[in-house]
Amino acid sequence: MTITNIAVCGIGGQGVMTATEILAEAALSLGFDVKKTEVAGMSQRGGVVTSHLRFGPQVLSPQIMAGEADLLVGFEAAEALRWAHMLKPGGIALVNQGRFVPPVVTIGLYDYPDDPIAEMRKLGLAVFDFDASALAMQLGNIRLGNTVMLGAMSERLPFPADVLRKAVLERFGTRKPALLELNRQAFELGRAAVAEGSLVTV
Amino acid sequence: MGAALPETAPSRLFLSGNEAVALAVRDAGCRVAAAYPGTPSTEILEEVARFPELYTEWSVNEKVSLEVALGASMVGARAFCAMKHVGLNVAADALMTMTVTGTEGALVIAVADDVGMSSSQNEQDSRFWARFAHLPLFEPADAQESYDMTRAAFTVSERFRCPVILRLTTRICHVKGRVLPGARETHEPAGFVKDPRRWVMVPGHAKPRVALMYEREDALRAAAAESPLNFVVPGSDRRIGFVTSGPAYMHVRETYPDAPVFKLGLSYPLPLERVREFAAGVDQILVVEETEALVETELRAAGIACAGKDVLPRVGELSPDRLRPAVARLRGETLPAEASPSRLVPQQVFPRPPTMCVACPHLGIYYTLAQLRNLTISGDIGCYTLGAGEPWNALDSCISMGASMGVALGMDKGRGQADAKKAVIAVIGDSTFMHMGMQGLLDITWNRGNVTVLLLDNRAVGMTGGQDNPGTGRDIHGESAQRVDFAKLCEALGVKKERIHVLDPYQLPVLFKTLREETRIPEPSVIITDRPCVLIDDYKATQPYKVIADQCTGCANCLDVGCPAIHVTRRGTEVKPSGKEVELAFVRIETSACTGCGLCVQPCAPEAIVHALPEHPVKFLHAKI
Repeated sequence: MTITNIAVCGIGGQGVMTATEILAEAALSLGFDVKKTEVAGMSQRGGVVTSHLRFGPQVLSPQIMAGEADLLVGFEAAEALRWAHMLKPGGIALVNQGRFVPPVVTIGLYDYPDDPIAEMRKLGLAVFDFDASALAMQLGNIRLGNTVMLGAMSERLPFPADVLRKAVLERFGTRKPALLELNRQAFELGRAAVAEGSLVTV
Repeated sequence: MGAALPETAPSRLFLSGNEAVALAVRDAGCRVAAAYPGTPSTEILEEVARFPELYTEWSVNEKVSLEVALGASMVGARAFCAMKHVGLNVAADALMTMTVTGTEGALVIAVADDVGMSSSQNEQDSRFWARFAHLPLFEPADAQESYDMTRAAFTVSERFRCPVILRLTTRICHVKGRVLPGARETHEPAGFVKDPRRWVMVPGHAKPRVALMYEREDALRAAAAESPLNFVVPGSDRRIGFVTSGPAYMHVRETYPDAPVFKLGLSYPLPLERVREFAAGVDQILVVEETEALVETELRAAGIACAGKDVLPRVGELSPDRLRPAVARLRGETLPAEASPSRLVPQQVFPRPPTMCVACPHLGIYYTLAQLRNLTISGDIGCYTLGAGEPWNALDSCISMGASMGVALGMDKGRGQADAKKAVIAVIGDSTFMHMGMQGLLDITWNRGNVTVLLLDNRAVGMTGGQDNPGTGRDIHGESAQRVDFAKLCEALGVKKERIHVLDPYQLPVLFKTLREETRIPEPSVIITDRPCVLIDDYKATQPYKVIADQCTGCANCLDVGCPAIHVTRRGTEVKPSGKEVELAFVRIETSACTGCGLCVQPCAPEAIVHALPEHPVKFLHAKI
């Protein structure tokens, strides 16, 4: 069996690393060898965050090279476009439509792309997009966005969605019991969003 | 010697390199562990501090942390300290003599090189220190090796009675993998043995010990030649034999699974004769090392022909993608234009540099500094280095921990007519000031420097995640500790009492007035700002603000604050009666992110910023690295 490469990207504070960690726990629970790496830099300050997860019988280098990701998960629309080249031919992108506009755009030094998701489709990529930030806010907390994204990923993995759901609930159930039910709902909202979403390729 | 504790069946854990080192430090029976925070090494001591069996501390700087570890070693305890690469520059003075004294209890120094400079002012190869100090060097390649080699480092330190350097890189520290831990040991310190010839390094005592240091290095060379941590992975494709260490080993194995590889684990002293044997069995040798051409140079000096940095990049991390062109060149192959023909070109997207947080007290400082003219601002290392960026552009230098002080004094003393009318400002954070800035301030006062110091006390080592320091009133465990009084400290360092001001950086008019006054007085002065970092518990959010859209005139004054919670809704232009065209930016405040600091309210000309409705809950969007 080959190695599965999942690249997750977003900005500091969105829970990119936590989500990837939970994904790693799911893969570990099935007995895979797993490596997870970050390029976080000064992510705490609203910078770019990318997290790479590789799992399979044996994983050596932790880094996914450009053109080798099976799945690209974008927690933010422009970040998904930034890392679109990570995807391998035939790979799938799951993208949050939510936008986080940085100060360099606000003060007029740069432009935010008009429609980053459309640009990804123009590149010939298979993109599932939905508003994970809005779904999280629907449950009352933007921080549930990472669980929404995990729910969306759950149908695109080489193992059953239940394995990931279990890992999510174990993580939040033991650490924050009050958040258990909210996370369950967030996970299902993410799953449903992708199931309903239309896959458009050019 | 160590006694193994009974161990329940060990199971595999999923740990980062930093976590694996921390667990190994505990399992090795270490008694004292010290560090100063620094990316990518910070989490090592944070993790060690969770084990109640050890004494752990955040030290004020890396030199002190290494001296604390040495003291513990002198009394026979196993000791450990961790730092980032530039930290070892600070600790080097102690290191270069403790290699002469040697150690008693095992002493391991973990030094994490920020290869690729994710959060550092330079890129350095710490493997040089092992050569310079004639000390053994371990280079793990993943989390499991981080655990195993930390354990081995304690053993080697004890056997050779010298400090051991464990060299990590960002791609080791922050990569998680499966780890199978070993059995735990305990060590009872044997006690201090009075021996001036061993511990009092005056010339007469040091001379014979320097000779012993070289004897020790020879013994280490023999041990490294035998070490199972230096091994060959056989391979059938003998066109290139790789000599490699650290994370580069994984990239080599991943990319060239059929090639023979000489893996260096105990990489100094180099096992030259074993590499020579290896070289005899392959067509040519390629040394793959991060970051300098170190092993390569030593192999060539020993008459072992090899390629290395002549084909591989000198700067930044290596990766499978960076290896391929080098290997193709050596093999005389032409690499296809693209490894995968359908690979996409990276898309051009705006940069997303790190920014200051919503309500960060530094925002008020840099807003004010940007409003003042004729300043030269000598900066330092921390979150506040971001003041050099947009929209403030209010920091002119950043060199090393504490350098803002000496650099400012030098600017003052060295200036000619060109800078005669400028005021010299030094900006430094609380933790950096105590790390290495205090001496610089003393130099300013003693030598009558005309420098205005901004001491930004946000009660945390902010950039590395809000660790405690002597200014926070808490120790590494968050327990109550003495708290430095910065005003008294500056006074004791020679700043006149009337030249010391403690003020609130959210009160812009006071800050502006004080800065303007102090820069006009030709004496050293210190302005201490006292708002906590917004990412620590001391910070309390208050009622958020919103913009009344109808009242916003698009003046964009609020954007000069640089707060990430302020967003532009539309842009426009206005033609003034004078005929001058002015750019307008109408704004909104992201109320869910705003924590009510009130900084943007102050420059808002039309008073369009008001408290948001109380039913808007305040939610933070932040997380720890």
